Amino acid sequence: MMALRHLWKLTWLELKIFAREPLGLIGTLLAPPLTVVVLGRIFGRIPTTSPRLTTFVAVDLPVFAAIFTTLNAVQSLVTIVSIYREGGILKRLRATPLRPQTILSAQVLVKLILTATTLVLIVLAGRNVIRVRLDVHLLSFSVALLFSTLSILSIGFLIASLVPTARFAQPVGSFVIYPMLFLSGLFVPVDALPNGVQIIARVIPLTYAVSLLKGIWLGDAWLAHAGDVAALVAVAILFTGLSARFFRWE
Amino acid sequence: MSSVISVAGIRKAYGSTIAIDDVSFDVVEGEIFGLIGPNGAGKTTTMECVEGLRTPDRGAISVFGLDPVRDVYALQQRVGVQLQEAQLQKRITVWEAVDLWASLYPKSADGRRLLEQLGLADKRDAWFMTLSGGQKQRLFIALALINNPDVVFLDELTTGLDPHARRAIWDLVRGIKDRGKTVFMTTHLMEEAERLCDRVAIIDRGRIVDIDTPPALVARHCPERTVLLTTVDAGAESRFRAIRTVDAVTRADARYTIRGRGDDLVTEVIRCLSDHRIHVTDFRTETPHLEDVFLKITGHSIRD
Ligand SMILES: Nc1ncnc2c1ncn2[C@@H]1O[C@H](COP(=O)(O)OP(=O)(O)OP(=O)(O)O)[C@@H](O)[C@H]1O
Ligand SMILES: [Mg+2]
Repeated sequence: MMALRHLWKLTWLELKIFAREPLGLIGTLLAPPLTVVVLGRIFGRIPTTSPRLTTFVAVDLPVFAAIFTTLNAVQSLVTIVSIYREGGILKRLRATPLRPQTILSAQVLVKLILTATTLVLIVLAGRNVIRVRLDVHLLSFSVALLFSTLSILSIGFLIASLVPTARFAQPVGSFVIYPMLFLSGLFVPVDALPNGVQIIARVIPLTYAVSLLKGIWLGDAWLAHAGDVAALVAVAILFTGLSARFFRWE
Repeated sequence: MSSVISVAGIRKAYGSTIAIDDVSFDVVEGEIFGLIGPNGAGKTTTMECVEGLRTPDRGAISVFGLDPVRDVYALQQRVGVQLQEAQLQKRITVWEAVDLWASLYPKSADGRRLLEQLGLADKRDAWFMTLSGGQKQRLFIALALINNPDVVFLDELTTGLDPHARRAIWDLVRGIKDRGKTVFMTTHLMEEAERLCDRVAIIDRGRIVDIDTPPALVARHCPERTVLLTTVDAGAESRFRAIRTVDAVTRADARYTIRGRGDDLVTEVIRCLSDHRIHVTDFRTETPHLEDVFLKITGHSIRD
């Protein structure tokens, strides 16, 4: 009970602090919906005779925005944790009755709340742009996105545990995240990749997130994606365990 | 007087660097106890072991009979901590920090009053990043006092502050003691230790070299006293040499430097002056300070 109250207090405070940084706010909350609006405007206006364009606007664009939101959450988690460590803020908080897991969970919760908010904004922005109707179950899709984000965030924690300083966090995060992105099946279907690259793609956690999000967006049943879910759970367990082992508070 | 903190033979190494070794001392209830030593001497390591933030490789620590590592959560209720070089979130406000800290303890002091007493009332809504060095330290004192602790840990509280802000902080630390709390502090400023601490432990290269009240340390290690005076009395020099506690007399024109040992030297010089009706136009004494004690027992200056 106590721990939950502390968690909520710290999460709320961190959200307020986050909102005071204008650049972070714009980059996190506004960039993804704006991307949807701009790209949707450009491609959506073209008469939908081309099936490729139709899939792009109807399927790839929303999933792309969702994945972008997730990766943004990972990147900013890595950055904030390393800044907090370097500034001694983590150590300062740890010297209070706050439990270590409460301090870190608050950071994860902040990212999940921001991800959910971004998703709502994307949907609101996309409603007017994406005219191709699909039978998308928004609730299902939200759950899939939050679940994927949580799983991918555990990788962020490991990166945050290993980067030496905050200055390293940004580039290291990018070096891990962008290659993952290109192999994840978001742009090129995994099956269309060369054989050797396919193997790499299959060990990349993001691949399963993309597959799950695409499938749910297209109206697949969760059961059809049990493999993706299992993979993401395994990723979460593995990386949370590794982070717990290697996490440094100072 | 019972001891609140008891440290026995602790050692801590980081890889091949032995940060502290065989460190032992007791902190008594109600005193201001100072750990003094140069940069890298092991002050922070020692203090954070006592706070339960680091685990010593060997040795035993007890704070109110609690083990700082095993009973860290029980201990946190009774101690207040200010860490060297720790920051807060850049954009957290003073009040948000105080309010968060207060919410973490079952019973807490009145945050509003605390901010008033520490002169931060008008900074309530200011972001942490906009505070001056002295204001940040005062906020950290407030956070350390928020749970009405019995012991307060202060690690290099005044480092980086200007002399004026430093004096203001000293008054606040005395105020903490006046409220009946025990203060365990570190500093590398000998003047600070001399003015604030009831007792000090001198630590150098990871080892405690001596522990006592500042006057006792001076008396033990630096008993030399010096009297500087000016007189044109022709017979003065031989009179000074005849004083029992005088070791050496040097003279440059009418200016004499009389060196001796023990607290009686000054009295005896004055008695000699009055007995022999020696007329002096200038009279000064020089007594050693902790700074000199440090130099004497470690063989190097604390500023090195
Ligand atoms: N986390 C750490 N990892 C490795 N070495 C460390 C660590 N913390 C301290 N040391 C080393 O241990 C020794 C003692 O450091 P400590 O911080 O305790 O000294 P200090 O007396 O507090 O110094 P200062 O006055 O600079 O604060 C130093 O040689 C330091 O380099
Ligand atoms: Mg230190």
